[in-house]
Amino acid sequence: MQTHLTINGTQRRLDLDPRTTLLDALRHHLGLTGSKKGCDHGQCGACTVMVNGRRINACLTLACMHDGDEVTTIEGIGQPDDLSPLQQAFVSEDGFQCGYCTPGQICSATAMLQEISDGWPSHVTSDLAGEAELTSDEISERMSGNLCRCSAYPNIVQAIHKAAGKNA
Amino acid sequence: MTVSKPLPHDAAPLHVTGAARYVDDIPTPANCLHLAFGLSEIAAGRITSLDLDPVRAAPGVVAVYAASDLPGPCDCSPSNHDEPLLSDGSIHYLGQPVFLVAATSHLAARQAARLAKISYDAAPAILTIEAALAADSRFEEGPRVWTKGDVAAEMATAPHRLSGSIEIGGQEHFYLEGQASLALPQENGDIVVHSSTQHPTEIQHKVAEALNLPMHAVRCEIRRMGGGFGGKESQGNALAIATSVVAHATGRPAKMRYDRDDDMTITGKRHDFRIDYEVGHDADGRLLAVDFTQFTRCGWAMDLSLPVADRAMLHAENAYLIPAVRITSHRLRTNTQSATAYRGFGGPQGMLGMERVMDHLARSLGRDPVEIRRLNYYRPAEAVAPVASNASSTTSLDGVDPSDQDLTSRGATPERTAGSARRFGGAHSPKSRMGAENTTPYGMEVTDFLLHEMTDALLVSSDYAHRVNKVAEWNAANSILKRGIAFSPVKFGISFTLTHLNQAGALVHVYQDGSVHLNHGGTEMGQGLFQKVAQVAASRFGIDPAQVRITATDTGKVPNTSATAASSGSDLNGMAAQAACDTIRGRMADCLAGLYQARPDQVLFEAGMVRMPGHEMTFAEAAATVYAQRVSLSATGFYKTPGLDWDRIAGRGRPFFYFAYGAAVTEVVIDTLTGENRILRADLLHDAGSSLNPALDIGQIEGGYVQGAGWLTTEELVWDGKGRLRTHAPSTYKIPACSDRPDVFNVALWDAPNRAETVYRSKAVGEPPFMLGISAFLALSHAASACGPHYPDLVAPATAENILAAVNRARG
Ligand code: FES
Ligand code: FES
Repeated sequence: MQTHLTINGTQRRLDLDPRTTLLDALRHHLGLTGSKKGCDHGQCGACTVMVNGRRINACLTLACMHDGDEVTTIEGIGQPDDLSPLQQAFVSEDGFQCGYCTPGQICSATAMLQEISDGWPSHVTSDLAGEAELTSDEISERMSGNLCRCSAYPNIVQAIHKAAGKNA
Repeated sequence: MTVSKPLPHDAAPLHVTGAARYVDDIPTPANCLHLAFGLSEIAAGRITSLDLDPVRAAPGVVAVYAASDLPGPCDCSPSNHDEPLLSDGSIHYLGQPVFLVAATSHLAARQAARLAKISYDAAPAILTIEAALAADSRFEEGPRVWTKGDVAAEMATAPHRLSGSIEIGGQEHFYLEGQASLALPQENGDIVVHSSTQHPTEIQHKVAEALNLPMHAVRCEIRRMGGGFGGKESQGNALAIATSVVAHATGRPAKMRYDRDDDMTITGKRHDFRIDYEVGHDADGRLLAVDFTQFTRCGWAMDLSLPVADRAMLHAENAYLIPAVRITSHRLRTNTQSATAYRGFGGPQGMLGMERVMDHLARSLGRDPVEIRRLNYYRPAEAVAPVASNASSTTSLDGVDPSDQDLTSRGATPERTAGSARRFGGAHSPKSRMGAENTTPYGMEVTDFLLHEMTDALLVSSDYAHRVNKVAEWNAANSILKRGIAFSPVKFGISFTLTHLNQAGALVHVYQDGSVHLNHGGTEMGQGLFQKVAQVAASRFGIDPAQVRITATDTGKVPNTSATAASSGSDLNGMAAQAACDTIRGRMADCLAGLYQARPDQVLFEAGMVRMPGHEMTFAEAAATVYAQRVSLSATGFYKTPGLDWDRIAGRGRPFFYFAYGAAVTEVVIDTLTGENRILRADLLHDAGSSLNPALDIGQIEGGYVQGAGWLTTEELVWDGKGRLRTHAPSTYKIPACSDRPDVFNVALWDAPNRAETVYRSKAVGEPPFMLGISAFLALSHAASACGPHYPDLVAPATAENILAAVNRARG
């Protein structure tokens, strides 16, 4: 089945079995192995990418459902010699150990910061009408879909704080 | 100097851009076959018929193997030759690999693996500790017993007695990167294996053995793992062997990656335990005698269970000086996954038994638990206590056929010659020959005990006394929510208890442009080992760590390595790398001294320069100059830990080079209606010696604590009555998430150089902080005991259900 995707700004045409997940399409058909497979069940967040700016577990969605969509993966967020502010903050704050969850954490956090600035409330937001503040509680709640077995959580939260401060 | 700097991981920019490659990210070679196992559906019995024709007929399938199609047993065991790659007809656990499918895609292989028609003759499965005891199903002939002092006499005369029992659940590693292996056939029948392993030499050894090749025909390479935690010490063997067998047979590359459910169903986990205790003490809470019985559920194969159970015994007293101790350890064989290494290697379970005793004792006396702990601590280290380093290893391997022994595995069993006549020798053990009594139950003098000072410091920094009162006030004022606060200490022994594993090698090249290539036997799994070793190398040459490139661990570069385990990675490999660098530096100094009329000891390597009286040049110029003088700029380095002397059968000697210490205070709140709970605050103080890299070490400490607290709270493994693991995915097995970390989390390093001569006087930091998580469990116990007059006997893990049960027991 033919699917057209814009991946990190580049038009790609894929001819796939319709049952192919977006994650497998990225990893196996496009060679973009930055998105990781931690569980393949939508439970760990290692495969998080952004589709039309919103974060999504790429293992839980089929590639053919995204015909015409814009997909941003970790490779599209920055390169080793051209890091995004969030990527820089993950480096300077040591936001990882083994690094396997890191691409998912960064994609997730990138979209999450946008959600906050768009005023989306979360489960822990006290004032649903007002602006969500970027507290550690908010970050933890909104990032709780991204597991880190090394438990680099304190530094992940710190890195997100740091990057958000820079953006602001 | 570049050691002791908080530099980020060597590959940080790669990690944050997704460019860091793990085994599954290596571009799949053309023509690659993908493998999957077909698994047993019952826990015990025999296969009566195995029809694989439907599997062979499935689309994409290239080959299907049953045990009889393999070149031999293809044993996967690191210890006992009791783990054939595929079932030989007998079934030992639900999830045991029965056949192997090779197909053109991962999905095709997995789908085909479901199509076999297997009939079984099921036998009753032994699933629990109680069932194993009833059937006397065990490893070794009987329990191991180690004794110090006259336990029966001390117990009989003790003014007070206390007894109890604690059940301790296992733990799934949940390394975020699942097990994976890629085997590439080479000319002449050789094999290269990329394996996500903590133990490349083991992979090389087991693959060579399976294919009946010499070890030089197999090379194993691993750049990094996405987490290991012990789960990749032996559990990768099956995938490496399977891919190598298929690659060898078909001449095509072969790759295998366990899907998460398969990974959890097939591979071993932390051992679950039951620990029974009987304690004799005086009215103040001073311990006079303790009798522990440890029951260890080992699963179906021996794997590393013997040294794991040994280490549980070695930490059974944790930080306390006990005049008379007996530790009895039952290693039980059950029809479950073969339990394996997991961060702490049995130490956490043994230690939790002791901390349960302290908690129980303090509650029964109505005293502050910290006071009771301090009363029983080992004596403090003297101002400067020399570290014994003259004793030599007595563990002998004479008489053991080397071809039969996996010498590089912790599962090796040298006791066959090391005094098996003294199997129950605890009672005959010699009295401590050392002076004032400050010895462990296994007769090792504790000379570096730091916990008195560390406890003082932590109680102040965590505001303990004040908060204990606040918790009491809160509990008096609140009937539904109850708070608890607890302190717990850690004393963890560093070294492999199989003495000969305490060795390491390194290979260093300096190129003519001054860049440095470094290789060592350790593997990187997120602990920052590569960065630490690079910092050591950089400081030997006085250059920037960026000039040092660390490459994938490779059995073709550094041979006969030990697993990266027992927290030993930087201790061993850092020293080996240092030795290699010093050899090269010495040659450079000799050469330059000759050229510039200086003495070799006047040649200094610092700040990127090489200086001697009257001359200085960049390190790169020095390298080029020395090269032009035809001097070798390549060297190997080797290190072995001094002073170890251990007899595991008698339970006597000096198994550890030194101890690492830590202490934690955790405060929690529980909901007594639902059992729900949260960690409100954790204060950790941990001893990393003179830290090689404080940033990496603090990360290890935080991560260790959270993983330890996870083990004792939300991480519950559930097997049903048929032996099927019901918690085989993150949907049912709950590891800590970002929102589960403590609301307030203070972590500090205890900054004091290691008394033992380790690399830059640092201490190992991989495993010890894991056990700081015990304080979270004790805080929950404290909160439950605030609900009533009885001891709550909290079961681990303290899930909401177990907390509710404990609350009810406290109420009586
Ligand atoms: S791999 Fe997609 S959520 Fe785990
Ligand atoms: S850094 Fe290892 S899983 Fe997050």
